[in-house]
Parts: sequence; structure tokens; C-alpha cells
Amino acid sequence: MKYELTYKRYSENAILIEWPAKIDENILQDLIFYKEIIEKGSVKEIIEVIFSYNSLLIFYVSTIENVYDEFLLLKSLYSKNFVSKEREIRLWEIPVCYSPTLTPDLESFARAKSLTVDEVISLHTAPIYKVYFLGFLPGFCYLGGLDDKLCLPRKSTPSLDVKKGSVAIGENQTGIYPMDSPGGWHVIGCCPLNLFDPKKEIPCFVLPGDEIQFISITENEYNDIGSLVNSGNYLLNPTIS
Amino acid sequence: MIGKVKIIEPGYFSTIQDRGRFGFAKHGVPFGGAMDQISYKWANVILNNNENDACIEWVFQPPVLRFSESTIISVTGAETTLFLNDKRVGMNQRIKISRNDVLTSKFCKNYKYGYVGIRNGFLSKEVLGSRSFFKGVTSSHMLKEGDQIQYRKVGKFTNQFSKVSSNSHFKNSNELLAYKGPEFDQLTDDKKHLLMNSSFTISGIANRMAIQLEELVPNDLPSMLTSPVLPGTVQLTPSGKLIVLMRDCQTTGGYPRVFQLSQEAINSIAQKRMKEICKFQLIAD
Repeated sequence: MKYELTYKRYSENAILIEWPAKIDENILQDLIFYKEIIEKGSVKEIIEVIFSYNSLLIFYVSTIENVYDEFLLLKSLYSKNFVSKEREIRLWEIPVCYSPTLTPDLESFARAKSLTVDEVISLHTAPIYKVYFLGFLPGFCYLGGLDDKLCLPRKSTPSLDVKKGSVAIGENQTGIYPMDSPGGWHVIGCCPLNLFDPKKEIPCFVLPGDEIQFISITENEYNDIGSLVNSGNYLLNPTIS
Repeated sequence: MIGKVKIIEPGYFSTIQDRGRFGFAKHGVPFGGAMDQISYKWANVILNNNENDACIEWVFQPPVLRFSESTIISVTGAETTLFLNDKRVGMNQRIKISRNDVLTSKFCKNYKYGYVGIRNGFLSKEVLGSRSFFKGVTSSHMLKEGDQIQYRKVGKFTNQFSKVSSNSHFKNSNELLAYKGPEFDQLTDDKKHLLMNSSFTISGIANRMAIQLEELVPNDLPSMLTSPVLPGTVQLTPSGKLIVLMRDCQTTGGYPRVFQLSQEAINSIAQKRMKEICKFQLIAD
């Protein structure tokens, strides 16, 4: 599928390409594919290509002398040889402990949504979430697919200290805090995994285009997995389809 | 041979910085790097260092440092009075350091950020291709009293040139050259006029992540999807605040982006203090 894209100069050495403003898996696939072609086909040296739901920012090493020439080159890459083929998809089953004792907001969240805690858990663990991109914090994944029944506006006053591993909901989004941070989302679960490890060459194991499903675990399992993770003995493999 | 510099007093918010951490924004890792890249660059140029060698970045008050071995250092950026074992030494030039020398300095007279360079760079641990401090990435995010950072000892002092003329390297202009942000054209003409023709004041909320401006610009732009941002992106929040993103900013943001500062303007606004004035000037494309 082809989209009407817009090309804008972002700075002396950056160009922004925009898709229609939608959260859409087909756009994500198109965007990731175009990004890879740009990384391979660019004549100018690139520092990095960053993207989000519907835009791609190309950050070049040096100043762009003639931005219109660069637009033409980029457009030719989009129209030529562009066959978005079926890619394999990695599904990660992420263990989450939904326990009122470990998660400060679970009960108040359920009350605010007129649901029982069990209903919150089953609504949160049912979907397969799509990873759109990483941002906000190192290793923080923007996920699509939260059930509308779980949407709740952010807290009016953000918490100053959301713990690493907190699984939280804000508006129509859900995600896992990869490190301690201030944050305005409602914490409903906690995940014992390391979503971001700066000691690794690739610091995040979950990447854009992947899928995530949350698996409810008990407090004992949470502690067991936590100690395996800390000793480096926990291995999580994705299901590939 | 390895020497160590000991932090006797850490200063106000001293960190290790290089040019930045590139290649990991896709994992949500900020670029980071020296706030004023020009002063940082000069600290290395004076020493004939590699351009990515790590320096100590300080804010207002430089740290007090003791060096365990001989080397050569430089101090650039915000103007301060420096003493080596109580004897005056100059900025923007090579300073010969002998074993156990102590560098002290006064609160800076103007600007905000300064750099201590050392021959071959400070050798703090490199994480994801950079030594720039960042919370959650490097083990420390700020230099503390008692910290020790390694460097390579230099036995011979050579002074190939005397000095770079102080501060000729950064223009403290009030005019910030900027590109139109991606959402600029969605603004009404009166809002564009306001942004282009008003003076804005640097507020007290200014750090390595962002600088907030005092004056409000009513925002009637629709909400938008989270999108990529860069250091120098100027966001307009729903309450009408202008936020200039700086080196440690997030890689994505959800507020309309009304300007993108030029590289020169990012270095220039980094050095502005609270209550200083700035104006945006569009770069014609």
C-alpha cells in the first residue's frame, strides 16, 4: 500500500517524513520498511533515523545543502523497488504480577473504571499489543491495542517515583517503565524483567514491529523470576510467526 | 600510566560529557552530550585532543579538582577566575598540571556552562558508545565529592600556541535562528506574529533536558500523536508554555513543535541565564 507522504526540512541536518496522522499497523510496517531502505540507500551519511507512529526523522551527519534535491532522492527510494514483503513477527510473553500489595494504583484504578481487579487483569492480559516505537525513557515501548474499557485519563498530579518495572495505563495507552521515573500513569502491575540493559550491545530486547502479550503471574513467581533475572539466568524467547 | 583526578568539591551540577550518544535514540536513549558544543570543542582543540574526547561540564561553579599525575588541561566556556594551587591561571589556554596540583575557581561571571578538558580526555566508563552522563545509562549521573576519574599521564608539556581569544567562539546574540517546526504552519497568523515578534524570557526552569520560557502564547492547536523531537525543538504546551528541548531531551514528544533552533542557537541559548531575553528569527529556506 502506498501513502501520501509529506517531506519537511526539520533542521540544518534533519528531514521529517510524515504519514497520515493515525495509529495504524499498516503505516508502521510501511514506515519500518522505508526506514530500512533509506538506511541502505542514502548517499549522505546518517547519524540515525528516529520514528514514531506516523513520522520518520532522518538525522544526517552534515548540513543538507539543497533540501529539495534530498527530497527527490528520498521520494525515488519510496517509489522504486518498494515491495513491502511479509515479515516474521516476534511475540513476547511478558510476565506481570497484578497484585494490590505490589501495585499502588490497581484497586483505585478498578474502582474508577467500575470493574473488579480480576476484570482489569483479564482485560489487560487478553490483547496482543503492537510495539510501535520506543521513546519517553530508554527502553520504553509505545504499545497499541489497549481495550477501550481500560482507558483512564492520566493522574492530575504525576507520581514523582514510579518504580522500574511498573506496568501502567494512561489515557488509551499502556506500557512498562524500564527504570525509576516520575510519571502520570496509573500503575496496575509490575514486571520483573529488565526492559533496558545498557551493558548489552543492543540494550532493548523488544523492538518496534514486535508484539507483546502480558501473562499474569503470582507474587511468588514474580520474586522467583526477579532473582533469576538478577543472576542473569532468566531467558525469554519470543514466539515467531 | 594512569592518573586520577579527584573531585574535592563537585560544583553545582558537574558531569562528564562528550559529543553525545548516537545510534540509540531508536531505543529511547537521548543524544545527550555537551550543552554548549562550541566551548566543549575548544576545550579539546586547545589540547590537540580527538574531537570526541570527554570533558568535565560544569554549571556556574566549576568543581575543585586534584590531579594525581602530571598532565595538561584547559578550561573553556563561562568566564571564571581560576587558581592552580592558589596561583592565578588563565582560561582558553593550556595549563600545565604537576602531581597533586589542585585547581580551584570562582563562581562564573557570565554565561552558564563551562568545560575542563584534559589531554586525551577523561576516561570514565564508556556506555553505548559515549561517556556522557545520563541517569539510567551511565552508573553515575552527576559528579560527587570523592569521585575519581582516570586519565592518561602526560610527562612533557608543550605549548604550541598561547591562547584562543576568550569567548570569541560563542556569540551571545539575543536572536535565535530557527527553522519552522512541523506544526508551525497550523498556527493562526496572529499566533505566528506573536511568536516571531515577541521577546521571551528564560525562566528559572532550565536544565540539561529543557529550558522553559516565561511568556505564554495561547495554544489552540489540536492535540497530536507522539512524534520525534531533537535537541533544539521548541514545543508549545496546551497551557501555552514554550519549552526549548535541550541535549538530554526525550527522543519523542507529544506537544506541537513550533520551531527548531539552529545548532548555533542551541549552543547560544544553553549559555543564557534566568531573566535573559531571546527572540526567534526564522531561517529562510
